[in-house]
Amino acid sequence: MQPIYLDNNATTRTDPRVVEAMLPYFTEQFGNASSMHAFGADVGAAVGAARHSLQALLGAEFDHEVVFTSGGTESDNTAILAGLRVMPDRNEVVTSTVEHPAVLSLCDWLERNEGVVVHRIPVDSQGRLDIDAYRAALSDRVAVVSLMWANNETGTIFPVEGLADLAKEVGALFHTDAVQAVGKVAINLKDTAIDMLSLSGHKLHGPKGIGALYVRRGTRFRSLVRGGHQERGRRAGTENVPGIVGLGRAAELAAAYMADETTRVRDLRDRLEQGLLQRIGNCFVTGDPLDRLPNTANVAFEYIEGEAILLLLNKAGIAASSGSACTSGSLEPSHVLRAMDVPFTAAHGAIRFSLSRETTAPEIDRVLEEMPPIIARLRELSPFWTDGTPTADAFNPAYA
Amino acid sequence: MWDYSEKVKEYFFNPKNAGVLDDANAIGEVGAIACGDALKLMLKVNTDTHVIEDARFQTFGCGSAIAASSALTELIIGKTVDEARKLTNRDIADFLDGLPPEKMHCSVMGAEALAAAVASYRGEAVDDDDHEDGALVCKCFGVDEGMLGRAIRTNKLTTLEQVTFYTKAGGSCATCHEAVEEVLAATNADMVAAGELLPGEAFTARAATAPAPAPAARMASAPITIAPPKPKASATPAQPGAAAGLTPAQEILAIGRVIDEMRGTFKADGGDVSLVDVSGDLILVHLTGTCAGCQLAGATLGGVQARITSTLGRPVRVVPVQQV
Repeated sequence: MQPIYLDNNATTRTDPRVVEAMLPYFTEQFGNASSMHAFGADVGAAVGAARHSLQALLGAEFDHEVVFTSGGTESDNTAILAGLRVMPDRNEVVTSTVEHPAVLSLCDWLERNEGVVVHRIPVDSQGRLDIDAYRAALSDRVAVVSLMWANNETGTIFPVEGLADLAKEVGALFHTDAVQAVGKVAINLKDTAIDMLSLSGHKLHGPKGIGALYVRRGTRFRSLVRGGHQERGRRAGTENVPGIVGLGRAAELAAAYMADETTRVRDLRDRLEQGLLQRIGNCFVTGDPLDRLPNTANVAFEYIEGEAILLLLNKAGIAASSGSACTSGSLEPSHVLRAMDVPFTAAHGAIRFSLSRETTAPEIDRVLEEMPPIIARLRELSPFWTDGTPTADAFNPAYA
Repeated sequence: MWDYSEKVKEYFFNPKNAGVLDDANAIGEVGAIACGDALKLMLKVNTDTHVIEDARFQTFGCGSAIAASSALTELIIGKTVDEARKLTNRDIADFLDGLPPEKMHCSVMGAEALAAAVASYRGEAVDDDDHEDGALVCKCFGVDEGMLGRAIRTNKLTTLEQVTFYTKAGGSCATCHEAVEEVLAATNADMVAAGELLPGEAFTARAATAPAPAPAARMASAPITIAPPKPKASATPAQPGAAAGLTPAQEILAIGRVIDEMRGTFKADGGDVSLVDVSGDLILVHLTGTCAGCQLAGATLGGVQARITSTLGRPVRVVPVQQV
């Protein structure tokens, strides 16, 4: 039985066409793009073409606004640190409680070690940003705002274009972590006030270890990595040419498949969600029902624990992920679900199914067949569940 | 993905003794849904022989929590209550051929549920246990001093991280870390006194709060000295007495002297060498005549480098550059 991969928000399969595009750059086209000979010139042209593909996917005005990096985490770190450095008279950062650790951990560190004031804007029960709290946090003390375009766990989309306009009113730089959004939602940066945007190759069927940071022309900037003139001095280090070429090809394909993501993939996702809600009681979909990534379904099953669900799913050949504490080695359930005040009865049992353009209808149907017995089996094992109904009140632990 | 043993997988995928035991006469419940795992252990104990004739469990939790619960029931069925009470979380983990360190709390949950079930069988009020078990230390996961002490002692825990892995205490808001460390230090001290732990292994609060200087005895065994690298012995020791302690100006004069002395070697080959600049560890020289571009010049410069290093008493690199 073919395994079913529904963990595309974690990483995607590298498209074979991407691999094919990359291969020559490991063999005959091995040159260094900076070299003054033919080996370098051809490679330099390939890097330029990839930059163009990214420019097109992002709707950027200039190709040189695209800076290649090692991935989303480096892009996020670079953007926030650069924002603070170019505004030495401002010492505050605005972000949200549901960002990726690439942003949140850095902000924690800046707060602890650099005396930076960090505003973490809360979200409501559907994961939507508290706009009033955001407005209140903005001031002329804010150097940089970093808010994600789409949430990796729930798929909830923040209205980043409008949020960027508000940041501009106080003269702050606006960065968005768009790692989950690029390729899944239409982006046209030249019509926005967004100064910086992070993306990652392996989330859009490109290779791992490559990503990009969009830096709007005219935005003051400081390189995080020093040591060379590459990327116009904005990211030192010999270019990861195979990765860049692969990312360029992945961007082309993502642009071509965008319509598929927003129609066919969305329909499959909706079919999965509706099917699960019909077949299984005591579960609900988390995230913003109206404004969500088309590929992401995060369903919380009450009174059971996520890791156990994943292990049984894995045995059935289905790959998904969980915001459960036990899968990560931490003891707390997902910070995103906790920020949304999803009750503990369900937060531990939240499962994320993330689809891609490779997902098929028969795959979704098989998940719908496999899930109900898995959930029923674990609920039978649960002390909070008896004969098809929750019995959490009957549980009186000696040590709670 | 966790590296679960085959036994853990077996007991998760096909758990033994799962479900409700209708005629149970002893029940132990531990954990909570908020904590992410909970276990209800049900025992049927023969009131004449005190033998546990049957045991069932219901568990809310991850794969290893379910496997540990099932393992516990397998371990205790057929044992008397007194025998069962002697089991520790280690026995549960060992039965499963081990658990990942981060998952050891699953075995501890089993041991705690057993203790609660035995208490209920003996008619001991659990509330009294609470008093004996001391103050609540970790509010997030409801871990008290008694549970901490048992887990520390049974598993010879000596770090805060281990205590968190085994009991979850301190795994959330972190405000109890100091209190957990106090319990850890006190319990370790008792264990040292009882000969269960070597003094050097014990956790001490001082080590955690501030990196206080190590005991004098330890200091003496590891003296730290920072000394410049010894100049390499040279066949022709240049300028004896001039090594080390030179001012920058004296260094440049010394380097100039070495290069002047060596010029003969270069001139013999139809070239020449001159000092351009000194920048930290870099000595920039200019090669002319046949020496410029000569593959062997590198070897000759290596000789110059060795001489200068020896003279200055510090490592340097001699690099040929274009004259500026």
